[in-house]
Formats: sequence, structure tokens, C-alpha cells
Amino acid sequence: MVITNDKTLLEVTGLTTSFFTGEGTVHAVNDVAFTVGRGEIFGLVGESGSGKTVTAHSIMRLVHQPGRITGGRIVFEGRDLLGLNEKQMEEVRGSRIGMVFQEPMTALNPVLRIGEQISETLEIHRASGGNGIRQRVMELLNKVGFDDPEKRLIQYPHQLSGGQRQRVLMAMAIACGPSLVIADEPTTALDVATQSQILGLLEGLVDTLDMSMIFITHDLNIVRSLGHSIGLMYAGRMLELSRVENFFKQPLHPYGRGLLGSIGGFSGSARRLTAIPGSVPRLSELPTGCTFHPRCPYIMDMCRVKEPVMKEVEKDQWVRCYLYQN
Amino acid sequence: MGPLLSVSELKKYYEIRRSVFSVEKETIRAVDGVTFELEAGKTLGIVGESGSGKSTLARCVLLLERPDSGGVVFCGTDLLKAGREGIRDLRRQMQIIFQDPYSSLNPRMKVLDIIAEPVVYHGIAKKRDAREKVMEILRSVGLDEDFLGKYPHEMSGGQRQRVAIGRALATDPALIIADEPVSSLDVSIQAQIVNLFLDIREQSGISMIFVSHDLNVVRFLSDHILVLYRGKVVEAGERDEVFFNPLHPYTRMLLSASRGEFFLETDPADGENAALCPYYNKCKEKTARCGEQAPVLAGEEKHRAACLRNGLF
Repeated sequence: MVITNDKTLLEVTGLTTSFFTGEGTVHAVNDVAFTVGRGEIFGLVGESGSGKTVTAHSIMRLVHQPGRITGGRIVFEGRDLLGLNEKQMEEVRGSRIGMVFQEPMTALNPVLRIGEQISETLEIHRASGGNGIRQRVMELLNKVGFDDPEKRLIQYPHQLSGGQRQRVLMAMAIACGPSLVIADEPTTALDVATQSQILGLLEGLVDTLDMSMIFITHDLNIVRSLGHSIGLMYAGRMLELSRVENFFKQPLHPYGRGLLGSIGGFSGSARRLTAIPGSVPRLSELPTGCTFHPRCPYIMDMCRVKEPVMKEVEKDQWVRCYLYQN
Repeated sequence: MGPLLSVSELKKYYEIRRSVFSVEKETIRAVDGVTFELEAGKTLGIVGESGSGKSTLARCVLLLERPDSGGVVFCGTDLLKAGREGIRDLRRQMQIIFQDPYSSLNPRMKVLDIIAEPVVYHGIAKKRDAREKVMEILRSVGLDEDFLGKYPHEMSGGQRQRVAIGRALATDPALIIADEPVSSLDVSIQAQIVNLFLDIREQSGISMIFVSHDLNVVRFLSDHILVLYRGKVVEAGERDEVFFNPLHPYTRMLLSASRGEFFLETDPADGENAALCPYYNKCKEKTARCGEQAPVLAGEEKHRAACLRNGLF
């Protein structure tokens, strides 16, 4: 499942993460594969329960009981992260891979000043550089758009707005100069005006700091303007993997088409949205065959029986659907 | 016949302490002189970011919050002057749908009872006849009779929101106010609910007010749009006018942001001058005049904006 890039930074293959619950085993992430090239923004899109966040946590190896990564490889900068011991992994986490979470309110410690929280990251990874930690923290705050870093150093999270808090988290994520940042719905809790500011900053950082980013979202419009490639997840499966421009020109999977119809275009002629009928299945009650078949307008007999596999239909355009497999 | 709903110069201020120990108080102008009218059978979309006062405005119209001043005339009655009894009768005519169907439905009641409650309370049907009425309502929101005996936790978010819509429709109201009715739902479910609202409007000719931060949702549902910023109306007009020819810089920013477009923006200067345009600090297109006087809503009936830049004065 490779989208060709000049240089691959992250290659995920066959990733399966399962949760062992009282009601049985569910696969929150099931045989997921994708690559992220250097300098590339990969948009990971899906609705709730699609497995996009668990995919991110799996890459960071932050999946907790009763969940476990049960298969696959996560090759990052040439090393399989699943083969590292916890100590080696700690060096990767926060240092080589930074993470920005959805809720800037809960991700920051309410009783620590902004300056202290960012320096903590630097101290743990001993990555202050030559100029001393304070200098480096101010530099970071500046990079995420604060004109008055000195004032921010001594403020507490509650004194900042939601967008400002999210920017502090971004400063922490990039503090140690990671080559990959995973942003998990970083703008979902913010309103649209603040959202565009955060998105602008993220894109600028990816550009100037020569990083790659996995951007997790349910909002296709964001991926359209921010991403280079896109992975569409549904009920733990990757259903489509494509270059952003190709996906928005012609999504292949019926689910992708349905999602685009659900948000409507901006041309303004349509008086109605094309909705996908039904709802996202629970992972413990997945349908047989293709997980999307009960909601699919193009359903065929085989869709109910056997799950299709990912197939490259056009160059760099992969889809898991029988419509393209004859 | 006059408009169904006429809101004039509505104000709601809140006083808050600057900090826990402070005696100094700060006034939040949540709704600051809002005026609009809604014709019967029409739909109005109220948009704005969080803190713009859109929810407070909706709650004031329904008298869930008592406005400080202004007028709310609904079906010819001034709600702020009507007595308790008069308002009870009018409540049947105006219903609200909340954002979160997880908390707006009583978790200990079955769907039958949830929808039957307003039907019986307002004397639309006797308790023993309510079931039939409930069935009819359920069908109109796309649910079948299997749902009658279900509790909210047994349903998905989209199904719960359908029940909440059904409950609002149960009293055959003249006006429904929906406060962010789809924002807590998944994208594919949002479209279903938006389409359901379109069907309801087509079939019943009901008037609606949609409150949302998401212009994309409002666009499909509204005849008219009201853009709020910091408690003030900055732009108002017919849907296509506002969407395809936005006049206020704030509306333009909202529109491009809702397309997922982004731009680098620095933090605005602190402090706010109540005598100026509410968007003054953030506006990238302000002129010298903007620093001297506040704009008022001006323009033609079908499209007005409060901006000094637009040559509307």
C-alpha cells in the first residue's frame, strides 16, 4: 500500500490493533497500511470509531490495556518501532515523533506555567541546544505565533484561549525537532476562525522545519486544503488511499463518494445533501464481507460474503472495493 | 399578516468578576441590540463563532433566558409582557432542539414517553390515544415502531437526534429553534439530519431558526442568514446574497475558513472599544474611519451589513 514518495519516513504495513474486552475481541485497527514521505502531510480521515486515533496511538505505542498491537510493522526512520524496547521507544516519543491532541484544555497541566511545561519536554530529552532552555522556549513560542513569548512564559493555561493553548501544545510537539508530528483532530474543539489560524501555523511549521505530519480529522475540507495524500478509514479498515488531488477529483470508494456528498459542494446549486443511509457499525457487530456493504448503494452479492482487498487501481490510488476488482 | 416572530433591540448582558477574588466586574455583552424578523414558513440561519452570542439569542427568544431589554413579538404577542399563562400556551407553538442528543433526552424514559410527554401536557391527545400520535411522529422523523420501547442509550447519536426532533414536532409548533442540531454527529449522519429538516420544512411549512457555527450546514437549510459577532449583527440578508456576495470582512473570513482554507493570523490586540465596530481589532480591511465611529446595519432589505468600508453610508 504505497503511495510513491521520494523519501519514505514512515511505512506502516498490516497494522492490527485489537481490544480484548468482556464482550469479545474487536479489531479497532485492522490490516492498515500507508506511507508518509518526508515533508508530506498525510490526512487520515474517518468518522468516530473508524480507528484513526487508535492508529495514531499505535504508531506512538500508546495503546493501553485491554488493547494490544497484534500485528504489522511500523517502520520509522528505518527502524521497526514495534521491535524497540520501552526505553528506546521513549526516545522516539516526543523527540522524533511529536503529538498534538484534540483537547487543548486537558492536554496541558493546569497548575504549571506555560514556560515550565515546554521546558519539561526539553529537559526530558536534553534537547535545549546551546542557548539555554529559557531562550529555546521563547524561540518555540515565537514559532507558533506568539509575539510576546516573555509574557506567555509565566502564564497558566487558563489564562490562554483555546487556540492559544493549542499553539502551546504545538510548541511542545516541535520542541525537540521531531521529523514527524501526529496531530489528532487539533482543531475540532475550536471554532472555524481559530481553526484556520492553527492550520496555517501547522502548514508553515511542516514547511520551515522540514517535518512530516499525520493529520487526523473527520473534516474532508481541511484535508482538501492541507494534505498531500489521504487515507480514508472506516470501521478499522483503510478503504481508500490516494493523492489528495485525485481523491477530490474522483473518490473511488462508495464511502468516499458518500462522504463528499454529505458535506455538499460550494457551488451552491444543490438544494439537498446526498446522505449515506444507516450508521457506522459497532466494532463488536461488524457485518460480514465488506464492512461498508449495508450502507453501500452499489452492493453486489460478493460484498456480503467476502471482504475485498486493497488494490492499486490507478497509480497511487488504492481502494478496497469489488467495483474495481474483476 | 405580520411576521411570525419579530425581535427588536434585544439585549442580554452578563456581569462577571474578573477573577475569583476580584470586586471589579466586567460586563459581557452576549446579545447587544439584535433586531430581526422571521416570516411564517421561512428559515433563518444564525451563524457566528463560539462566544458570538448566538445561543444566548436563541435562548432569549424562547424566554429560557430573560432578556435585559428589547422586544420579542411572537404570533402577535409580546412575550416579555405576556403573563405566565399566556406564555404557556405560546410554548406549544415554539420548540427547541439542542446540540447534544445524549444529554437532552431523559435517559430513564422510553421513546414513547419522551415524545408522548409534550403531547399529553399540552392536551393534544389523551394519554391512552398518545401512542398513535407518537407513531405518526416517529414515522415523520424516519424511525419505525421498534423504537417506541427503546431507551436513549440503545440508540445511535443520529437516532437520538431524530427522537429529539420528533419531540419538538409533537406539539405541531409554528416555530422550531435548533441550536447546533448536527454538530455532535458524524459527517455521514449530519447529512441525514439536514435532509430530514428539509423534508419536515417542505411537508409542514414550519418556521425554523438554525443556530450554527458551521456555514455549510446553515447554507442548505436557510432562506435568510444572520451573522453575529460579539453579540451584534454584522451582516444579514438572503442566503445566496450572504454566501455569494459577503459584505462584511468577518463573514468573508468565516466563509473561507469553513471551506477549510487557512491563513496566517496573529493575535489581535487586547482590549475592546465598545464604541467601535466589534470586529475592529481583528479586521484586516479597517480604515481610519473605523477607528472613529461604530457602523450600523445598512443596505437594502435583502442584504445589509454593518461595515464602514462598504460604502453603504
